[in-house]
Amino acid sequence: MSSELSFNLQLKIQNPKLTIENMTNEELKSELLLLQPSLGFEEGTEFLTMNIDPEAWPLFAKQLRDKENLFFNYLFCLTCIDWKTHLTMVYHLSSLRYHHNIVIKSKLDRNKPEIETVCRIWKTAEFHEREVYEMFGVNFINHPDLRILILPEGWEGKNPLRKDFEDPVNMIKL
Amino acid sequence: MYRQTEILETIPQVPSTGGDLGEPAGLVINIGPQHPSTHGVLHLVVTLNGETIQKVEPHLGYIHRSIEKMCESLTYRQFIYVTSRMDYLSSHINNLACALCVEKGLQVEIPERAQVIRVLMSELTRIASHLLWWGALAMDVGAITPFFHAFREREVINDIMEETCGARLTMNYMVPGGVMFDLHPNFQKHVHEFIDLFKSKIDEYDELVTNNVIFQSRTKKIGMLSYEDAISYGCTGAVARGSGVSCDIRKLYPYGIYNKLQFTECIEYGCDSFARYMVRMREMRESLSIVEQLIDNIPEGDFQAKTKAVLKLPKGEFYSRVETARGEFGVYIVSEGGMTPYRIKFRSPGFSNLSALDHMARGQKIGDLVAMMGSLDLVIPDIDR
Repeated sequence: MSSELSFNLQLKIQNPKLTIENMTNEELKSELLLLQPSLGFEEGTEFLTMNIDPEAWPLFAKQLRDKENLFFNYLFCLTCIDWKTHLTMVYHLSSLRYHHNIVIKSKLDRNKPEIETVCRIWKTAEFHEREVYEMFGVNFINHPDLRILILPEGWEGKNPLRKDFEDPVNMIKL
Repeated sequence: MYRQTEILETIPQVPSTGGDLGEPAGLVINIGPQHPSTHGVLHLVVTLNGETIQKVEPHLGYIHRSIEKMCESLTYRQFIYVTSRMDYLSSHINNLACALCVEKGLQVEIPERAQVIRVLMSELTRIASHLLWWGALAMDVGAITPFFHAFREREVINDIMEETCGARLTMNYMVPGGVMFDLHPNFQKHVHEFIDLFKSKIDEYDELVTNNVIFQSRTKKIGMLSYEDAISYGCTGAVARGSGVSCDIRKLYPYGIYNKLQFTECIEYGCDSFARYMVRMREMRESLSIVEQLIDNIPEGDFQAKTKAVLKLPKGEFYSRVETARGEFGVYIVSEGGMTPYRIKFRSPGFSNLSALDHMARGQKIGDLVAMMGSLDLVIPDIDR
């Protein structure tokens, strides 16, 4: 497997056809709007940032990875923000072929946060979603193994990175 | 076309009590949390069928300090000190990422001298970190001597760091606006001495370990990770570059003065532990050449830009990416305009690299697990945060 695989790999990487011109943010924007007309773009951010409904996210995520001219194959950051009124999931995506980056945000209900998992699209999401699950209590639908990862056993129900988390014993307030 | 595999399809079901077809029940053993080869408090639950690994399940959190929560109550000058405690082997580069992220929000110009010092320190740190990894990997696969060789040279770098930064491991030298102090007067002389020393030593390492038949047979075709899987698992650094992925942040999204420097991105196509080993060995040479390019060209001037005593970032989001010795390190700051960040997220390279371990180890022998883990170069505080 090894020698054949590495030979194919060298061909694939050195193939000049694959080094296509980088799309500008405006071109990306129009391309993404074709896929999902309901996207809400944010202004004045470093990466192209957009908001999407949690219901539309799983299909859109698959399109982002599989469409040849987008090819967002690398999820480099997955996190969540607690805004006290709602939670926001933040996905940082990058394409290692075209080197363009986007940020996808999705607003979740704080009392019953639920979103479809993306760990079958980007495998790295499996661990990152487990971390968000324990820290924020977000339920990832269809996640294969949604358990506590970093926190000790028995922490279910308390979500330390939420803003209203209180621990009078171990937390020191400055 | 992207290889589409469903995770659930690729994971074979492990019979826990003996399957219907008379398969033996998986034997579950615990490696760690206190085990010399895990290099820290990592706990692996390994399911075995005879000698063959069926499943590896990492249990994390033995050194979790909730640094992200702590940072929410620390100011933009204070939180950098905490990040040295994450990846303690490349603390300079962690500090640099945080400083870059704060500078992005403040929009300050960094003096040329500080830029050069930052790159010099980062590359020296990278060599020191790879040296420790090299010694530890060789020890994991059964060779004791390389560990002492590696520490002998690493000591020289640590002495250089101590002289200028005042600390040997958690330097806290990078601050928003530049670096904390100016270079020690002996810095250039000692770095020149180190370059001369290290050039002969690194060839010795190749003779001692790289060309060793036993070492090669312990690492070649061990822990295979394909190009697609490396990207999908979010692997970065030497782990991804050993599988042919071009992912060096210094090349793709240059920060500081990296776009003015001459260096090559080290990529190997073997996809195994030995390829990852070769990437790091070549990276040490590249880092040394970067240090050589800069050491005689340190410009005169300020080592720190003038910044306010109390830093306040404007409302918004800031993300900075740097290449540490282990891979891509990201800092994501969400600011509400105050003195402290509203939310901070550290994207640590080790966390994503570790998640690929299960995929690599399935079907391999238990004796090779240590060689795989060694080639991932895990630092546990970086994973747990």
